[in-house]
Amino acid sequence: MDKYGLYVPKLAPRKEYFAPGHRACVGCGEMLAVRQVCKALGRETIVINSTGCIEIVSSLFPQTTWEVPWMHTLFENAAAVASGVESAIKVMQRKGKYRDKKVNILAMGGDGATADIGLQALSGAFERGHDLLYVCFDNEAYMNTGIQRSSSTPYGAVTTTSPTGKKSIGQQTQKKNLPAIAVAHNIDYVATASPAYPFDLMDKVKKGVNTKGPAYIQVFSPCPTGWRSPGELSVALARLVVETGVFPLFEVVKGKYKMSMEFEKLRSIKDYMKPQGRFRHLTEDDIDTIQARVIEEYNKLKEKAYGQ
Amino acid sequence: MFSWKEIPIGAIVTAPGSAKEYRTGDWRSQRPEWDLAKCIKCGLCYIYCPDASIGWKQDDGYPWWDEYHCKGCGICANECWTKAIHMVEETE
Amino acid sequence: MAKKVGTEVSFAAAEAIKLANADVIAAYPITPQTHIVEKLSEYVADGDLDAEYICVESEHSAMSACCGSSATGARTFTATAGQGLELMHEVLTIPASSRLPMVAAICNRALSGPLSVWGDHSDMMGVRDTGWVQIVAENGQEVHDLLISAFKIAEHKDVMFPVMVHMDGFHLTHVIESIIIMDQEEVDKFLPPFNYDHKLDPDSPVSVGTYGPPHIYPEIKKAQEVALTNSKETIKKIWKEWGDMFGRHYNPVETYKSDDAETILVTMGSFSETATLAIDKMRAEGKKVGLIRLRLWRPFPFAELRDAAKSADNMVVLDRAISYGGPAGPLCSEIRSAFYQMKKRPQVVSFIGGLGGRDIAPEEFEEMITKGVEIAKNGSENEYEMLGVRE
Repeated sequence: MDKYGLYVPKLAPRKEYFAPGHRACVGCGEMLAVRQVCKALGRETIVINSTGCIEIVSSLFPQTTWEVPWMHTLFENAAAVASGVESAIKVMQRKGKYRDKKVNILAMGGDGATADIGLQALSGAFERGHDLLYVCFDNEAYMNTGIQRSSSTPYGAVTTTSPTGKKSIGQQTQKKNLPAIAVAHNIDYVATASPAYPFDLMDKVKKGVNTKGPAYIQVFSPCPTGWRSPGELSVALARLVVETGVFPLFEVVKGKYKMSMEFEKLRSIKDYMKPQGRFRHLTEDDIDTIQARVIEEYNKLKEKAYGQ
Repeated sequence: MFSWKEIPIGAIVTAPGSAKEYRTGDWRSQRPEWDLAKCIKCGLCYIYCPDASIGWKQDDGYPWWDEYHCKGCGICANECWTKAIHMVEETE
Repeated sequence: MAKKVGTEVSFAAAEAIKLANADVIAAYPITPQTHIVEKLSEYVADGDLDAEYICVESEHSAMSACCGSSATGARTFTATAGQGLELMHEVLTIPASSRLPMVAAICNRALSGPLSVWGDHSDMMGVRDTGWVQIVAENGQEVHDLLISAFKIAEHKDVMFPVMVHMDGFHLTHVIESIIIMDQEEVDKFLPPFNYDHKLDPDSPVSVGTYGPPHIYPEIKKAQEVALTNSKETIKKIWKEWGDMFGRHYNPVETYKSDDAETILVTMGSFSETATLAIDKMRAEGKKVGLIRLRLWRPFPFAELRDAAKSADNMVVLDRAISYGGPAGPLCSEIRSAFYQMKKRPQVVSFIGGLGGRDIAPEEFEEMITKGVEIAKNGSENEYEMLGVRE
C-alpha cells in the first residue's frame, strides 16, 4: 500500500448506518463487513435482511442498530421481500406517491439464507431483473443456530453437523459456487469482496448498487465463534483467504470476469488454515489435497478472466 | 419493563440507531491502548473496527476509542501497521 | 354508474382489484385462482391498471413480495389457493404481526393428497391462526364487494391487518353470475388512498420485524391479539358504510329464517345458498329450521353468533374440512366452544361434507338437518358424521 493508500481510511464516509451497540460476538468479521457495506451505500438505502446473526444482533426490540430503513421477515425470502419493495417504489414513484429520488435496495443474508434455503427466491429476483443489490455475508456455515454445515462450508471444515469421525473428514462436499450461479442468471454485476480490503469492498458495493437491475456480491465474513479462531485475527483471516487464493477477489461485469487482485505467488493455504480450529484435524495429506484443489479452482478462475 | 399496551403498532421501531444505548463495552476483557508516538493517524483501526468504536479527534487527528461500545476484540491492535496499539487486560 | 353484468366470479374479483387501484400484485399461478391473476395481468398489460405485477417463482415469494410492498406503502394484492396457501403459510404470520395491510383472495381448494384441485375449506382452516382478518364470501356479488371493502378494512388506522377474502374454488371462482360491477367514482368515494405511517423511507428510518425474546414476545402477541379482536367493530362500521352507500348490507353473521328456529344449520361459503333451498322446503313443512352463515371467520363474531342463535335448541354445523383425529369439524369445534359457557346452550352436531369439490344437494342438507336433530336428541358414538361418503 502506498503512502496515499495508508491514509485512505480517513476518506471513507464518516457516518455509520450500522451503529455500535449490536450484540455480535467479539471480533465478528460479518458485522465489520456489514458496517463497510452500509458505509458505501449511505443514507438513501433500504435494507432487507434475512434471519440470521445480523438480524438477531441488530434488532432486539425495542432497540435497533439500523440508521436506515430496515426490514426483516424470514430466513429464505430476503430477495423476494426486496422484490416487493423495489416494485412498490417503482409504481409509487410513477404515480407520484413516493419520494422521487433513487433509493438503494440492499437485500442480504448469510450463506445458508442465500446458497441453501433462499436460493430459489434469489434466483427468482435475479431472473425478474429487479433493481437491487443482494449481498451474501459468507461465514461458511449456519452460525446463528450453532455452527451447522451449509452448502457454502468448505471441504474438510468441521461443523456441528459435519463432524470428524472414523468415517468423516468433516465437510465432505466442495463449497457451492454461488457467484457462478449468479453469473448464470446473466445479471450485469457479480463480485466477491472481503472486509480486509475495505475500499475494494466499498467500490464494489457502489458499483453493484448503481448497476441497473440485480447485482450480487459475496462478502467473505470471518466468524471467530464458528471457526474457532481468535477474534483479533478476523481481518487477518479475511486477508489470508484472498492471499492464498481460497477466496479470490473478482468482478464479473456483464459476464466478463476480471480479477480484482493478483499475487505473483499464492501463499500456502496452511497460513490461512492454521489459526482456525475448524481445520485443525486435517492431516498433511488432507491439506495437500485441498491445496491442489484451491490452485485448480484459482487457475480456472484466471482462465475465465484472461481466456475469454 | 413495558406493558403490552405500550407496544407500538407492529412492534415497529421508529428510533433509528437506538441500540447505541446498549453498553457492549461491558463485555470487554481487554482494552486497546495507543502509543501516540508510534501512531501515524492512518485510520486503519477505524475502518477495521466491527463495532464502529474508533474515531479520530478533530483537533489533533489522533484516534479516539468508544469505551462504551468497544468489546475489546483486538483487531485494531492486530492490524495496526506501526504497532501503536496494544491490548491490556481490563482490571475491574 | 355501477352496472349489472353476467360475468365469471373470478373476473369480478379481478375487476374489484382494478377498481381498488392496487399498486402491487404478486402472485403465482394455481388452479382455481388463475382466472383472477390472468385477468389482472391483462389489465396491467393493457394499461387499464397502473400496477407492478410481480410474476414470482412461488407462493412463498408472492407473500414475501407482498410484505415488502405493503411495508413500502403500496396497496398490495395477491391471490392463491390450496397448496399455494400452504406454501405461503410461513410468511402469513409476518404481515399479521408487523401489521402490514394487504388483501388476498383465497380460492378455497382441498389439500393433497390425493391431488385435488377442487374446492373445500382445508386450506382456510390450515391458516386459521395466522392472525389475518378472514372473510368468507357466498356469491359473486359478495366476492366483488367484499374485496373492495377489504382494502378499506385492511388499511384502516384502527385495523392495519392483512385481510383474506375466501371464495370457494370452482363453485364460486368459475361460475358465471349476474354481478353489479362497481363504478370507479363510487369506489373512489368509498375507498381512500392508502397512507402508511411507517413506510420504508430513508427520510424516516424504521426497523420492521425485530427480534423478540421471551421477556418481550408475549406482550407483542397480546397487543396483536387485542387489536385483531377489536378490529371487528371497524369491520362492521366499514360494511355499514358500504351498505349505506350502495344498498348491499354485510354483517359478520348472516341469518336466514333463524329468528324463531329451534334447529339452526350453520355454514360458510357458497354452499349456504343451496342450504337455503332445504330451509325453505322444511319451513314449508312447518319445521322450525333456519340458517346461520358465518361471513367473518376472524376475528370470530362471538356476540353476533350467540345473539343470532339464541332461540336454537340444536345447531347442525357443516364443515368442509377435517381435523384428522380431532373432535369435530373445525368450524363446529369453534361454535361449540362459543356456546359452551352459556347458561342456555344448544346441542351442536358436526357434519363434514363437500370435501374435494363434492357437491351437496338441497335434499342432502335436509337429511343432514333431520339426522342432526336426531343426534342432538339421542347422541351418537361418533364425534362427527361424514356426509355422503359411500360405505
